[in-house]
Parts: sequence; C-alpha cells; structure tokens
Amino acid sequence: MSNLVQPNATAPESEHGHSDASSMTLFGFWIYLMTDCILFATLFATYAVLGQSVAGGPGAADIFELPYVLTETFILLFSSITYGFAMLALSAGQKQKVLAWLGLTFVLGLAFIGMEIHEFQKLIAEGYGPERSAFLTGFFTLVGTHGLHVTTGLIWMAVVMFQVQRKGLTTVNATRMGCLSLFWHFLDVVWICVFTVVYLFGVM
Amino acid sequence: MFGKLNLEAIPTDEPIIMWTLAVVALIALAGIAAITYSRKWTYLWKEWFTSVDHKRIGVMYIVVGLVMLLRGFSDAIMMRTQQAMASDGSPGYLPPEHYDQIFTAHGVIMIFFMAMPLVVGLMNIVVPLQIGARDVAFPFLNALSFWLFVAGAMLVNVSLAVGEFARTGWVAYPPLSGLSYSPGVGVDYYIWSLQISGVGTLLTGVNFFVTILKMRTPGMTLFRMPVFTWTVLCTAVLILASFPILTATLFMLSLDRYLDMHFFTNELGGNPMMYVNLIWAWGHPEVYILILPAFGIFSEVASTFSRKRLFGYHSLVWATIVITILSFIVWVHHFFTMGSGANVNAFFGIMTMIIAVPTGVKIFTWLFTMYRGRVRFETPMLWTVGFIVTFSIGGMTGVLLAVPGADFLLHNSLFLIAHFHNVIIGGAVFGYMCGLTYWFPKAFGFKLHDRLGRAAFWCWITGFYFAFMPSYFLGFMGMTRRLNHFNVPEWEPWLLAELLGVGIILCGVSCQILQFYFSIRQRHQNRDLTGDPWDGRTLEWSTASPPPFYNFAQQPVVDGIDAYWGMKERGQKTAVEADFQNIHMPRNTAMGLVISLFSLIMCFALVWHIWWLAIVGLVATIGGVIWRSADDDIDYYVPAEEVARIENQRIKMLAEA
Repeated sequence: MSNLVQPNATAPESEHGHSDASSMTLFGFWIYLMTDCILFATLFATYAVLGQSVAGGPGAADIFELPYVLTETFILLFSSITYGFAMLALSAGQKQKVLAWLGLTFVLGLAFIGMEIHEFQKLIAEGYGPERSAFLTGFFTLVGTHGLHVTTGLIWMAVVMFQVQRKGLTTVNATRMGCLSLFWHFLDVVWICVFTVVYLFGVM
Repeated sequence: MFGKLNLEAIPTDEPIIMWTLAVVALIALAGIAAITYSRKWTYLWKEWFTSVDHKRIGVMYIVVGLVMLLRGFSDAIMMRTQQAMASDGSPGYLPPEHYDQIFTAHGVIMIFFMAMPLVVGLMNIVVPLQIGARDVAFPFLNALSFWLFVAGAMLVNVSLAVGEFARTGWVAYPPLSGLSYSPGVGVDYYIWSLQISGVGTLLTGVNFFVTILKMRTPGMTLFRMPVFTWTVLCTAVLILASFPILTATLFMLSLDRYLDMHFFTNELGGNPMMYVNLIWAWGHPEVYILILPAFGIFSEVASTFSRKRLFGYHSLVWATIVITILSFIVWVHHFFTMGSGANVNAFFGIMTMIIAVPTGVKIFTWLFTMYRGRVRFETPMLWTVGFIVTFSIGGMTGVLLAVPGADFLLHNSLFLIAHFHNVIIGGAVFGYMCGLTYWFPKAFGFKLHDRLGRAAFWCWITGFYFAFMPSYFLGFMGMTRRLNHFNVPEWEPWLLAELLGVGIILCGVSCQILQFYFSIRQRHQNRDLTGDPWDGRTLEWSTASPPPFYNFAQQPVVDGIDAYWGMKERGQKTAVEADFQNIHMPRNTAMGLVISLFSLIMCFALVWHIWWLAIVGLVATIGGVIWRSADDDIDYYVPAEEVARIENQRIKMLAEA
C-alpha cells in the first residue's frame, strides 16, 4: 500500500498503511518549510540591500542592545530543547510528560515573543519605527516576520496540546507534533541567522 | 465602519463598465435560474463544490480558467479596438485611466487566472492517472488550493464593480504602484488577489511534488514516468522555489502601502529597483511554470499520434531539468536597461541564449518523433504542429532580445509584446488547447466535436499571425507598449491588421464555445467506451473514461516507458475480474470552500481598510483550519463488493464496445 491517500488518516490498526501517510505528511511539510526558507532568504537579501540606508536616522549599532537580544536567543534555543524532550516523551508514550514539556515550550515561546514586542515598542516610542528609514523597514519586517512565525507556532502548539489532552497520543497527533517539531526547530535556525546577520554584524 | 468603502466606489458614471456588469449579471442570473430550474444545486454541492477528487477539482479549475479567458480576451479586444481608433487626434473611446486598468487586468488575468488554472487543472486531471495513483498526496489541501484560487479570481472580478483595478501594468512596478502615485484601491486589489491565489498555487506545488515523488505505482521509476508527469514535477519545483519570492515581494509592497514603510519608495532610503529584481526572480521561473507542462502535453501528443515511442526520452527529460535550473539565472534580461553594467548584462544575456539550447533539443525530439511515424492529423496534432512552427519563431525573437545591446532599443517596444505573446499563445495556450482536446474524453467519456475543433485551431493560428506579427514591425518602427493614443499615421495599417487578427481569433473562440455546446449535445455519438480513444501509450488510458472515483481498482504494475502500450502489445487486459480489495478514500468536505470564503472576506476588507472585518476574516480563517484539524471522520473504505460492481460494469461495457 504505497498508495494510501489520506494524510491524516486514522486508519484501523490492521491497516499498515498509516505510517506511510504520516511519513508523506512529514515529507510534504518539510517541502513547505523549504519554501518558507526561500521567503526568509528574500527578506534577508532585502535587509542586506537596505541595511545601510539609514536616511539620516539611527544605524544598527545605535539601537541594538546585544545582552537583551542574547537573552531572547537563549530563551528560544531552550524552547527547542524542551520541545525535543516532548518528542522523546512522545516516543515513550507518556502523555502527561508530553503535555508538560509542550507547556514549558509554550511559555518559553511566549516569553520570546513578549521580549520581541517590548523591543519593538521601545524602538517605536523612541521614534525609530519602521517608517523612519529603509534600514528600519527591513529590520522590523525581517524580525517581525520571524515573530509572526513564532506566534503561529504558539497557536498551533496550543491546538496540539488541546488535541493531545482530548484524544491522547494518536497517530494523527504524533504526526502533527512531528510537523510542529520541524517548524519549531526551523524557526530556531532562522533566528540564529537573524541574530548573526542583523544583530551581531550590525553592532560589531 | 466601512473604511474607504462607500457607494461612490461603484463606477456608475462609466457606461462601458455598467453595461459589462449588466451583461455579466444577466448571464449569472440565467445560470442560477437554469441550475435552480433543473434542481442541480444539491448535485453541484455534493459532487463538485465539496469534492476532494482530483479529477473533479481539475475540471473546476479548467472551467474557471476558460471563463477568465473570456474576460481577458474581452480586455484584449477593447485594447486593440482602442489602438485602431485612437490616432490622428482622435482620443478613441477609452479614457486613459480606464485603458490603464484594462491592460493591467488583461495581463494579470491571462497569467494568473487563465494560464495558471488551465495548467493546474490539466495537472490535476492527468498526473495521478499517469502515475497509477488513486488521488494526490493531500486531497483536502488540493480542494483548498482550488478554492483559494477562486477567491483570488473573485477579487479581481469584484474590482470591476466596486472600486477600480491597478493602473500599473501587470507586474506593478513601484514607485508607480506605491502609495504616493497610486493612492486608490486598485493596487490593493492587485496585491490581495495575487496573494490569496498565490498561496493556493504554492500548496499545489507542494502537493504535486509529494504526489509524484511518493505515490507512483510499483515499477514506475523516475525515468519511466510519462514526460507530462516529468514536466509537472519540474513545474512543481519551480513553484516551490519561486512563489515564496512573489509572496515576500508583494508582502513588502503592501507594507509600503499600509504601514508607510520604505522598501520601494523614493524617499528615506527605499529602492524601487529592488522590487524589479525580486518580481522577476519570481516572474521568469513563472513563464516556465506555464510552458513546461505545455511541452509535456506536446510530447505525449506527438508520440501518441505518430504511433511511436518518443524520440530521445532521456534528452527531453534532461532538457526539462536544465531549463528548470537555468530559469532562475536569467531574470535580469527583463530589465537590461536598469544599467547594471556590461559584465552583469553580458552574463544574463549569455545565460538567456543558453536556454535556447535545451529548448531547441525539445523541438528536435518532437520533429524526430514525427519523422517516419504514422502521423494522424487529429486536432491535438494540429495544435502540436502549429505550436512547433509558431513557438520556434517566438524563440528566435527571444534570442534576439537576449542581446543586451539590441534590448536597449527594443525594451518595452511592441517587439517585446510580439515576442512574449508569440511564445505564450503559440506555446503555452496552444498547449493547453491541445491538452484539453486530448484529455477531454478521459475526463468526460466523450470526444469533443471534431470539425469545430479543427476550425477553432485554424482560426486561432491565422488570427494569431495577423494579431501579433505586425507588432514586430511596429516595434522596429518605434511604437512602445501600453499607448492609449498616438499620432503616427504609418502605424495605422499595421494596427488595423492586428484588429483583423483579433477578429479571427474571436471566430476561433466562438468555434470553441460552439464546440463545447455541440459536443455535449451530441455526446452519445462521440462516446468513448474503451477508455482509450486515441490509441494511447500511458496509464491514464488504461482505465475507464471517465475513470471511477478511485481511478484504478488494482494498482497497475509498470515495467517500462509507455506502460500501457507495453500492456497492449503483450495483450494484457486492464479490466479483469479479480479478488478486489477495500479501497481507502478521502471524504468530501466543504471546509476548503469555507476557509477560502473567509480569506476572501479578509482580503476584501483589507483592500477597503475595513479593519474590524479583516480581523473577523482572519480569525475565521484560522478557526476554519483548526475546525478542520479536529475532524477525525475524513476518510472511509469503499467495500470490495462495490469495487467489483463498478469493475464488472466496465467489463460488460468493454465487451459491447
């Protein structure tokens, strides 16, 4: 049965096709992530072009606070580790542990988003909003798009936690956790690039 | 409460638009009345609108594509008439601000809402059948893609009645498309209709990439796939790699317009040429998204109607792959005049010329496939031969344009317009018409009317030469694109010849409408009982016409190129009584339509700055996705007895045929 059509099939246990469907879903999601990667590549390229166009406004070195962003970075990296533990608990079949680790990941993600919003708010309050210069436009868009992705991930995580709570560690839920895992780690990798290209190169 | 929206948004002072709307409304009302009268709403809803069957979705794509073809073609007729009239001090009948919307809408509709759905529709109908699969990898996603595309098309059409469309040309270059030079809602309609249908296209790309790589029937290795499937695989790769760039670019343009940012503005460090680079980094692969599947169609048709295996299957496949890669490193040839320097222009010029090599390889493989074959000049073959001649001319003028020095003279002239219509109509559109004729009996179980099909072809090709060859000369005479009126008497005879050409194409289109009408009325005379009306070579012809919803009762096993031809040569029957198994199938669902409707509401609200409604639309869209994810009852098993019943019916039908 290499030809099972349902991605989210809850096929009867006798049907050995469902592992196939979930591997297809994971593969499809992986392909989708690669397209997301190109979207970020476009934004990075744009930022690289506009990064010096400060139009008389502040440059990167004037506005970024590295220690603050480093804290953000570590929070996001830790959330990847905690998600990894959730996946381990999933393969051990421990529902409560899965929920606990996902919950911790959620809190860390939320903290990251909170810090990012605070950073944005502060910049805008100082008059350095995205409409100030092309450099700030590129900065807010690149970092903000990443933030939007993390927010999407958080909504998704909440839904998955709810579904795991209600229906347990079913094949469907396991596949979704697998996809979300890919997504979450992918956002980590993108953030490493953001941290390097935007903040480190900007300040140093 | 309603943002920028008020009653003045309806252009009551424009008689042309109001008449159009009246006619469209009449046709729509007639359609609704006809459906209601024949009590078909439940049937349509249950069997079509909520369907996740790739064949049905494919047919719906094609129906929408053909309707949009009529709209885009009407725009073309209006422009050609205007240009034939507006000389010698006469202003013509279309004021500039209306004319500008028409040429923008013409380009946008023809590329995104005519060509794309025809390609994707044919992909949907054919690819799973060609690889011996029961459906695509993600059937629900497929339905969602289709309805998102419909939402985009609806938005473009709504712009005709409420507000205006962009006046920027189909790629909407800033700063013209920025807020300072286009303060109206036209560009916003443009942005959101492309974004919403673009998401659909991206999901289609993911779907077909996974389908082709993961769901091929046993024995079908990559190099045993039919060429059409190969070209669709390459098209999927192009979609995956290029559409995110379009999404990002339009996202940035909307940030400029909505949040006063400075990506592409003239002020505060923005860089308009960055937009031009980005849009063509998507735009050039896009033209290959349109043409590669057409190449695939011609390959299938040339081989079938010459009764020969395709000449040079491997070189054709490799040529397709090479084109896929090269299409990403030629984008600067769309704007050599940017002045990026001699070396950069030379690089992109040479790369562009190199693309002609694999394309030339393809032309020769089709010619050699026909060489010493028993060629049957059925309608699909006519389109193929017409394509080979016409496309070769268009290809050669393309190489001409690839010379940066020549391009400086010809940039934005009618020579360019002639070139890309030459390859898009003579290549892509001829291909879709060819594919439609070729696969129509597979999808519906009866052939299209033959004589009207031939008449349509001859009108199209004659009309094409009259409508576009003069543009090459006009380009040399200095006429630039998008002119509303002018005062050069020497251009006029050529423009009148072009108007004549448009008239001949109109005859062709009328023939096609009649063709559909008569084919449906006389369907019992043109029935295809065997499932193999053209003596085909690939797996889609091995099942019934139209195929049962599960496509194949038993998965075919493949041991070479042209799998079905091999079976026929061995005398192997494809419909046999056997010990049928239960078949796992996805359930129909309305969620694809519902989610797209919510997204349409969101985009419409964004166009008119109705913020509360946009938020409602967004929340409803996300809610719809979550709702769908909570549904566990999404699949079922077709019992073996039911499969046996359907298959036995077919065996009986074959015996009668």
